[in-house]
Amino acid sequence: MKGLTIRFDQVTFSYGEAQFLFDATVSAGSITAVMGPSGSGKSTLLNLVAGFETPTSGRLLIGEQDMRDVEPAERPVSMIFQENNLFAHLTVEQNIGLGRSPSLKLTPEDKHAITEALEATGLAGKQKRLPRELSGGERQRVAIVRALVRQRPVLLLDEPFASLGPALRADMLDEIRALHARLNLTILFVTHHPEDASRLAQEVIFLEDGKTVAQGSAASFFSESGPLAFRRYLGQVA
Amino acid sequence: MKAARRTPADPRFLGGALALGLLTVLIGGAFVGLIAEGARNPGAAWAAFDSYLLRIIRFTLMQALLSTALSILPALLVARALSRHPTFPGRHLILQLFAVPLALPAIVAALGLLALLGRAGFLAPPLGALTGEPWPGIYGLSGILIAHVFFNLPMATRLFLEALETVPTDQHRLGVQLGFKAWNSFRFIEWPALRKALPSIAGLVFMLCVTSFTLVLTLGGGPRATTLEVAIYQALRFDFDPSRAVALTLVQLALTVIILALLSRLGADAAGEANLSVAPRRFDFPSPRESIANGAILLAAVLFVVSPLAATGIAGLSADLQRLASEGSVHSATLTSLWLAFSAAAFSILLSFALVRTRHALQTQRRDAPPSLFERLTDRGAGYVLVVPPIVIGAGWFILLRTVADLFALAPIMVITVNGVMAMPFALRLIRPAHDAAATRHDRLCASLGITGWNRLRLIDWPSLRRPLLAAFAFAMALSLGDLGVIALFGSDAVKTLPYLLLERMGSYRTADAAGLGLFLALLTLALMLLSDRLGRSRQ
Repeated sequence: MKGLTIRFDQVTFSYGEAQFLFDATVSAGSITAVMGPSGSGKSTLLNLVAGFETPTSGRLLIGEQDMRDVEPAERPVSMIFQENNLFAHLTVEQNIGLGRSPSLKLTPEDKHAITEALEATGLAGKQKRLPRELSGGERQRVAIVRALVRQRPVLLLDEPFASLGPALRADMLDEIRALHARLNLTILFVTHHPEDASRLAQEVIFLEDGKTVAQGSAASFFSESGPLAFRRYLGQVA
Repeated sequence: MKAARRTPADPRFLGGALALGLLTVLIGGAFVGLIAEGARNPGAAWAAFDSYLLRIIRFTLMQALLSTALSILPALLVARALSRHPTFPGRHLILQLFAVPLALPAIVAALGLLALLGRAGFLAPPLGALTGEPWPGIYGLSGILIAHVFFNLPMATRLFLEALETVPTDQHRLGVQLGFKAWNSFRFIEWPALRKALPSIAGLVFMLCVTSFTLVLTLGGGPRATTLEVAIYQALRFDFDPSRAVALTLVQLALTVIILALLSRLGADAAGEANLSVAPRRFDFPSPRESIANGAILLAAVLFVVSPLAATGIAGLSADLQRLASEGSVHSATLTSLWLAFSAAAFSILLSFALVRTRHALQTQRRDAPPSLFERLTDRGAGYVLVVPPIVIGAGWFILLRTVADLFALAPIMVITVNGVMAMPFALRLIRPAHDAAATRHDRLCASLGITGWNRLRLIDWPSLRRPLLAAFAFAMALSLGDLGVIALFGSDAVKTLPYLLLERMGSYRTADAAGLGLFLALLTLALMLLSDRLGRSRQ
């Protein structure tokens, strides 16, 4: 598996009063943090990549392919949401299995891959559990495992660790980094926490009022010479 | 524009469109029948607007008005008494008891009231001794009123209690702090909450009484105590006077439309049904005198509701149940009832599920934009099928088809469709919240994993919606099982349901048989209602 480039080419989108204009490039195999105030369009940006929203105009490319008319399930993308990543009535194994087959018809090969992935994430022996029998962190791990067995080159994270405590959140971020090192995915993640971004991200895309206003390396963003709008957001300048 | 590429192919829209189409055909067909008959013979239809018709209209409205007043005023007192005493042994039982009449087939209730207060009822001897002359029984207006109060007082009580329980605990605390006596509490805390709920509850009861068919048919007795619905039935089944039926039906329709229009302005829900909630803690304690008064009110209400139920049970048990159980006609009526009710429930669930799914898909797609006409039809529009009473739909089709087909052979299809549609508002209420919550949780996930169509139904929707779907199914089946509406028009020796058989036995004065059948029917529907309640309540 190899990460793919994501290109927003003057992508516009609107609903109700809100207008969005995204123009940015996420390089293949990078980890990019999407940051910005509430309502600035962070989740919308991810939803456009995942295919839950369709641009009004402009082009969205993943790899070299224009994503217009590509169904969410057909895109080279897995997304993990803040919550509700699992079907409450299905076991861990079934929830992950859906990543392999939407009809849940699993080959021995599929089952093997699932067991292996569970072991790698410290969830061994919990195949038959229901989501409510897991902790919040374990549930999100299961969602990550499913994203892995789907083998899509782009991983979108919409604040999946927001409801976890600080220590657990740091652990999960480390796991994501290890995953990235192993599989070289393109990872796009939304976060409110500057420390998460500086801990994990190589690049940052900053949004304001529905627009991509700044993009650059994480190092430059978090330095004294970072974009003014971003530093104002962080509260470093008035 | 946006997401437009997925619109035409989305099968969820197709389902809702199909359901609305079916509803349109069912209701539209009835109108075609009525209008065609009116146009064929306009003179006769006009001539039907005579003084007799006016008398029927007057009686319909008058009995509904009286029934409403007699149900609502005591219900206010009973609800207040229950709210003043939020914890006492048996309170929960009383609330459950008050849910029973709603689950009881109307014809069984009528039977119970006759067994109690009829000319030969259990209470006839003491009442006769009291009045000094032979007890005449409760046929006519008095019977209709008592029956309507029996159904609506408990329902209104539960609805009023619900309104009282929306009063924030802080207000009660405040009342205690300010030293409110019972009267002050009523005036400043309870009455404002009750007054807000009053118009919609009274409107609902009034509506139910205007469209009441079975109770008036069985207890009305004669042309002096006849409502529009019963007159429609008589015009079609006994007088073979379609012109009169057209006139009556149009009046009934106009009346229900007017009332429902008024009701919706009052914010009432035509499929009203109260939930048992947990009473909020209260900090004011009634004085001993008030407690005694409240106790007396509750006791009277409980006796009023229990005694017809008990009479149903006692009269039913004293019937020759063994002979009834071995009768071929009972067997075949039971089978007919069960398969018709089963099919009606299945039809109802299919319609409701299709509408719910389409509505949710449309709403999700449009976001903040105003809802389209299509969406509004799948939403409120479907609820307004209640505007058209079953008898009206039945009468329309009866008139439309009477020359071209064997009416009585059409009985099953009419019963299944009309009863299914009539149960729909209730089914919608059980299915929709669960469906919408589940869909909100699952839609994106399913889209991203490519779980669609049959896979989605099988793996995702059915497991998470099984309980509410089955609850709605049991409820719809119970409603249909006890219904004596369409079957009264279309029933015959070939197709007889239990309520129809019961009506026949009552008509031929085989009262003991009727009582036995009534008990059987009541147990069937109560079991289904109980099942529905269980399934609907306990969610994982």
